[in-house]
Amino acid sequence: MSDKTSKRGHLNRRDILRAGGGVLLSTPFVSRAWAQTTEINMLAWYGHAEPDMVAAFEAANNVKFVPKYYAGGDNMLALIAQSPPGTYDLILSDGEFVQQLNAAGYIQEMDAADYPFEDMIYDDFTKFPGHWDGDKLYSMILRGGHLGVSYNKNAMTAEEASSYEGFWKPELKGKVGHFDWHLPSLGMMSLKNGNGARLFDLDDAQWQAVQATTMTLRPQVGGFFDYGGTFNGLKNGEMQAMVGIGDWITGVLERDGAPVASVIPKEGGIQWTESYSIGVGTEKEAIVKEFIRYMMSPVGQVKSAQMLAYPGFCVTKGGRALLNEVDRAEATRTGQVDGMPNDPITLLEEGRIHYRDVPKQQTLEDWNDFWSEYKNA
Amino acid sequence: MPVAPLVSGDDMSKTKRRIDVYAMTWRLPIILWQALFFVGPIAFMIAMSFFLVKNYRMTEAFEFVNWQRMFSRGFFWDSYWHTLFIASLSTVCAMCLAFPAAYMLAFRASENTRRMAIFLLILPFFSSYLVRTFSWFVILAESGVVNAMLGWIGLGPYTMLNTTFGTLVGYMTLTLPLVVILQTLSMANIDKTLVEAAHNLGCKPFETIWRVVIPLAKTGLIIAAVFCFILSFGDFVAPFYLGGSQDPTLPILIIDTTKSGQQWPRAAVVAIVMMLTLFAVAAAGIGLAYRKGSSR
Repeated sequence: MSDKTSKRGHLNRRDILRAGGGVLLSTPFVSRAWAQTTEINMLAWYGHAEPDMVAAFEAANNVKFVPKYYAGGDNMLALIAQSPPGTYDLILSDGEFVQQLNAAGYIQEMDAADYPFEDMIYDDFTKFPGHWDGDKLYSMILRGGHLGVSYNKNAMTAEEASSYEGFWKPELKGKVGHFDWHLPSLGMMSLKNGNGARLFDLDDAQWQAVQATTMTLRPQVGGFFDYGGTFNGLKNGEMQAMVGIGDWITGVLERDGAPVASVIPKEGGIQWTESYSIGVGTEKEAIVKEFIRYMMSPVGQVKSAQMLAYPGFCVTKGGRALLNEVDRAEATRTGQVDGMPNDPITLLEEGRIHYRDVPKQQTLEDWNDFWSEYKNA
Repeated sequence: MPVAPLVSGDDMSKTKRRIDVYAMTWRLPIILWQALFFVGPIAFMIAMSFFLVKNYRMTEAFEFVNWQRMFSRGFFWDSYWHTLFIASLSTVCAMCLAFPAAYMLAFRASENTRRMAIFLLILPFFSSYLVRTFSWFVILAESGVVNAMLGWIGLGPYTMLNTTFGTLVGYMTLTLPLVVILQTLSMANIDKTLVEAAHNLGCKPFETIWRVVIPLAKTGLIIAAVFCFILSFGDFVAPFYLGGSQDPTLPILIIDTTKSGQQWPRAAVVAIVMMLTLFAVAAAGIGLAYRKGSSR
């Protein structure tokens, strides 16, 4: 900079030209640096590519997640089916839909040695149904959660909430809401009917009985809601019990101080799980694999357990240990402390929790048709 | 003495041809627009209703299975009649609620007041309908503003959200301003001397409205009703968010159908039935509005 400039304290024409030239000359370097940021296209439920989950990994690895969010396994399968191979590098799927992803050839084989199977907190998670085809791994379980009776503590006692019968409480007429998805809601009705572990494997008579039971609940029902509507309904007290959800929604409200909770009733609960798969045709397999490894590490597992959009259980011992260390309150709230009666792993071991699945003896259409009839009843 | 024509026959046909080309040039954009964004999509939707879905992917076919399936389901007809009923109810409510306001604006308000009122009625359209709908949560909730006020006089609380009432409130949010505007404009065009003449001849106020104002404003009033019906019939937001998806309407059924198994062809069947219904209602309304003897 010339003396004149420094004396006057402002730039002259030559300085501006020089600076402009510098900016112009450096543009290729800037754009090259920018171009080096790898974009990872992620197909997932809402929240998985938000800053609380991915910002640290993005900063450390110079990548940028580009999410495409869906709601429901059907929606996810449709989005993949309608996109060319390689559109999605990373796919987060509900556990029960992995088999269909694999059958349709949308996901690629993964190397089991890359992931911490030795650290899994529960045996089932190492050979999770549908995630393996023989000895070939196609999906890595990331997290889980339970669905049971979700209720407003001012409207129901813990004892009333300990059975699905609680939904029929006369005082709750018009105050019972449904998460608008047939699988968890009808699954719960199946559990109430005593179908236990075979809740989705119903013969004709059992299916008819589930429909009949569900219909008797209709007078109690005050509405059918999406994710946002379910939140609002429970938060503003319009709905005092909710069928088809669990801590993944009430947990978020509870953190904000709302008097709501979710419990696993005596008839049993349903477990949802979420897993990562690598999309067929991706050119970013290496970095995607790194991300999955990161999310399976204790740090990643804690992020998942604390996820702002909706919390999930840790599936690794390392994750649980770190959660207990850094966020004891959340670990206690969700029962992820050894010895707690509502420890999700204890519930699984006791056989009180059953994995969510698709109907075995009926088609999804049959269930959906009944769901539409039920809504119209 | 015969007068020679100023333009020969050949020249005339050339001129006509030129005029046609000129006219076509101006018409072309709207024809293209309609073809691309109206006729094309409808044709595709009709074709799609015969497609099949295999492994969550639509495959081209010409099968009637979607039509058969939807028409054989009780829930489809339940949704259809319910949608028809609630859209009709919305139309009646909007027309009745709008009429006094429109009448006052048309006959009692000054030109400036009317202009300002119409501007204010247009204002809601500047904001998102979804946002306006969500704001009703605060007002209609059991712990909301309305119930709080009712509580002061010892009433309530009443459940207003997730009910048919909630749905109707949503429909009014969408349609009422438009209906008031259309009614006001149709009544503002009535020759005031006819109304005065009716008064001078001893016609009572309500009789004047019934026998003079309504017949003279019939066309505009019917157009307002048709618009209200069309908007209510096709609305997804109000029945879903304020009605709690209770008694699902056809738009909700479309969403349900596409959500489960990605059955776009079956959703297309529902959409076509909706469109045919709306065409029928609009045709009947327009026929009634422009029937011989009708006025503005």
